[in-house]
Amino acid sequence: MLDCALPSEADSYQLTRMDRKLIQLTQEGLPLVSRPFHQLADQLGVTASEVQARFARMQAFGVLRRIAAVPNHYRLGYKANGMTVWDVPDDRVAELGQRIGALDFVSHCYERPRHLPDWRYNLFAMVHGHSRDDVKDHIAEIAELLGSANRASDVLYSTRILKKTGLRLKGD
Amino acid sequence: MVTSLARRLLDRYQKGLPVCSRPYAVMAAELGVTESELLDCLLHLQQDRVITRVGPVFDHHKAGASTLAALAVPPERLKAIADYVSHFDGVNHNYAREHDFNLWFVVTAGDQDALQNTLKRIETETQMPMLVLPMEKGYHIDLGFKLAWSEDAR
Repeated sequence: MLDCALPSEADSYQLTRMDRKLIQLTQEGLPLVSRPFHQLADQLGVTASEVQARFARMQAFGVLRRIAAVPNHYRLGYKANGMTVWDVPDDRVAELGQRIGALDFVSHCYERPRHLPDWRYNLFAMVHGHSRDDVKDHIAEIAELLGSANRASDVLYSTRILKKTGLRLKGD
Repeated sequence: MVTSLARRLLDRYQKGLPVCSRPYAVMAAELGVTESELLDCLLHLQQDRVITRVGPVFDHHKAGASTLAALAVPPERLKAIADYVSHFDGVNHNYAREHDFNLWFVVTAGDQDALQNTLKRIETETQMPMLVLPMEKGYHIDLGFKLAWSEDAR
């Protein structure tokens, strides 16, 4: 299927001109027509199989996470989200990050650098719920999972979304 | 209203849909409806903003350089500073949050130099304490999560 070797962690991917054009054409979504890749191909002057191969290649390198129906969680009743932040021992962050990331109410889980003295937290988990009480219950579950590895934690609720867009690339 | 078809569709395809010549026909067959019924359903979900789109989800980190950053801003200046931060094309998320660091945003750029340049401009222009917190490792990144359907989901 792919015309390239499988990537390793160390590989970085340089977007080609064609990739950039594809991203620009599809960042608002795929065409809702019977043959969406053919329509994109017509717009770009290439074949549909080339368009599909481009997406496959970007996905193999992790530049493209997936092509999917992207839910608007807020509209689906997930009206509360809390960015939870945790200070855990450095030598356990990978193990704990994987366990927290596997919880079904966590959408993102990242390790990030501390920024002492202002910021002591090295593990971030985005927690979603129908209400703040719901989010609080989930936070208690994470705290229980972490046990004594939880040296400090905090939760930052969003009060306003001031800007939210997908990946934007400037036109050439 | 989120119809039963829409629920099944979201449960099944928020993590990925078939990449083939006629993806919607394949999805329709899997869900036991016609292609045009499936396309109608997607169109309605999009119009009602239940889905933001049917399409690719890109990893900003791998498509260039990006970082999370935060500013501690006096409440009375939050709006003005948020507007300033949002005006950069590379800023694609910008949230007010309840904390001393009350403005959280993601900055993206074509490469590290451009990213650092934008961060420096924001820091210099706002003169506010800033955290720069790039992702060091992702353990679970937006793969969708199990939707517990509630009655207020409409």
